[in-house]
Amino acid sequence: MDNDRLRAMYQEMILEHNKSPRNFGPLEGHTHYGHGKNPLCGDDYEFYLEVKNDVIERVGFTGDGCAISKSSASMLTTMVKGKSIEDARKLSETFLEFILNEGPKESLGKLKIFEGVKQFPVRVKCATLSWRALEQALLKTKHIASTEA
Amino acid sequence: MTTMLNKKVDFPVLNTTMRGNDLVYLDNAATTQKPKSVLETMNHFLTKENGTVNRGVYFLSQEATKKCDDSRKSIQLFLNAASEKEIIFVKGTTEAINLVAYSYGELLKAGDEILITELEHHANIVPWQQLCLRRGCILKVAPITDDGHLDLNEFKKLLSSKTKLVSFCHISNSIGTINPAKEMIKLAKEVGAKVMIDGAQAVSHLKVDVQDLDCDFYAFSGHKCFGPTGIGVLYGKEALLEKMPPFMTGGDMIETVSFQSSSFAELPRKFEAGTPAIVEIIGLGEAIKYMNSLDFTEIQEYEQKLLNLAQEKLGELDVRLIGPTHTKAAIVSFVVNGVHAHDVGTILDMEGIAVRVGHHCTQPLMKRYKVSSTIRASFCFYNNMDDVDALVRGLKKVREFLG
Repeated sequence: MDNDRLRAMYQEMILEHNKSPRNFGPLEGHTHYGHGKNPLCGDDYEFYLEVKNDVIERVGFTGDGCAISKSSASMLTTMVKGKSIEDARKLSETFLEFILNEGPKESLGKLKIFEGVKQFPVRVKCATLSWRALEQALLKTKHIASTEA
Repeated sequence: MTTMLNKKVDFPVLNTTMRGNDLVYLDNAATTQKPKSVLETMNHFLTKENGTVNRGVYFLSQEATKKCDDSRKSIQLFLNAASEKEIIFVKGTTEAINLVAYSYGELLKAGDEILITELEHHANIVPWQQLCLRRGCILKVAPITDDGHLDLNEFKKLLSSKTKLVSFCHISNSIGTINPAKEMIKLAKEVGAKVMIDGAQAVSHLKVDVQDLDCDFYAFSGHKCFGPTGIGVLYGKEALLEKMPPFMTGGDMIETVSFQSSSFAELPRKFEAGTPAIVEIIGLGEAIKYMNSLDFTEIQEYEQKLLNLAQEKLGELDVRLIGPTHTKAAIVSFVVNGVHAHDVGTILDMEGIAVRVGHHCTQPLMKRYKVSSTIRASFCFYNNMDDVDALVRGLKKVREFLG
């Protein structure tokens, strides 16, 4: 039972993104920047976006944290690349609504895989951290997104 | 292991199950479990004897006052302080350090130096930083060596006639180092500095004698030595406490009050404004009674055996141990290579094993070791070798799940 819950959270795809994160590294010439931190566990990620004509053309991230936060960051970068700012914000909203509440998952594509995390309430913020940082980046604020704000 | 202390029987929580397994509680550096005697004493007081202290003329209040006085007396004897006046009740170690930073800090001036070490908990860093901002003092930090011990030569070099206060942990909460307190105090006294010891981790592991140490202040928290949360102790030398202004002011700490001025109560009440944490004080008194029933020499030997076994078995796994391997309390800090501490903590939790993962309120120390977080297993005399085995099995499961 507990093993099933663990397997539901630590899905293959999550572990794979954790081991080989996509778009990992800083981005020269970025137009948008977001920073997310969890002061309680030390997870810390920075996101770099290059936006042209309202479209996220390139994206990169740096930082370190647990398997859930890192795979979430990695999958975020693959999901928002090529999207308009508006579509990226919509996706972020839908994902947060899905993971924090009972929001629908149909439009989330492979992000549905984070459903297992909902079984572990203290780990939910590991999955949301990078999306919070993305929102900061898109809003162009100077605030650090914190899980404890 | 030849002997088992079998103390789990005294602690109800330790006889419960967690997620279908026997609870394996290895977060004793964060908080210890409470023996039955403490729980029963507190419950009895609240259900049969509850009353306030110091002012009631009725029976309940007189009894409550006497019980709190008895508790203070037992703490005085426990620490071997010279007088009950030197035992001040506070919320915990954090408040004790803040009390000294605010009150003793009033006696400091710009340019005076405060010396701490790289091992410190945030509670023994931030109050001094804030004091430096208020008074223009300078904070100095004595480094540790790679193996997690204080670099005594560097410590000596940082001491000078400018050093007014040295504050350090007796035992590191994060990596378990036992500081050579007596030697450090002697060195600090040679330059005329006062010494504060953060004893939060020490009182449950070793016998503390404040007169033998010759420290000026010593602080600990009740909940880390088998008592309740919300209560702790600041020991201070009487002559020094007399010179210090009050920290918090209000009821209970006054002698007379008028709208023009007030005069303050004698020690220790000068530092105890407001209705105290009565049932917590009584609970702490009972916890001290429990500790007095233990043989600390035996406990130290036993905990060292647990520590050695844990270090040996963890050494066989793909982990990196952080900090010292000797002259340390039974606290093991480590990282599982390639796996984040948080993921390790979740998987251990599924096995009913409670460990702390994170920076343990010692971010500068984590930075020193170039890690963002570690897994910390902190043992107590009620743990046994089965707990060590459970931890090792749990860590093998981490590999199974996370590769």
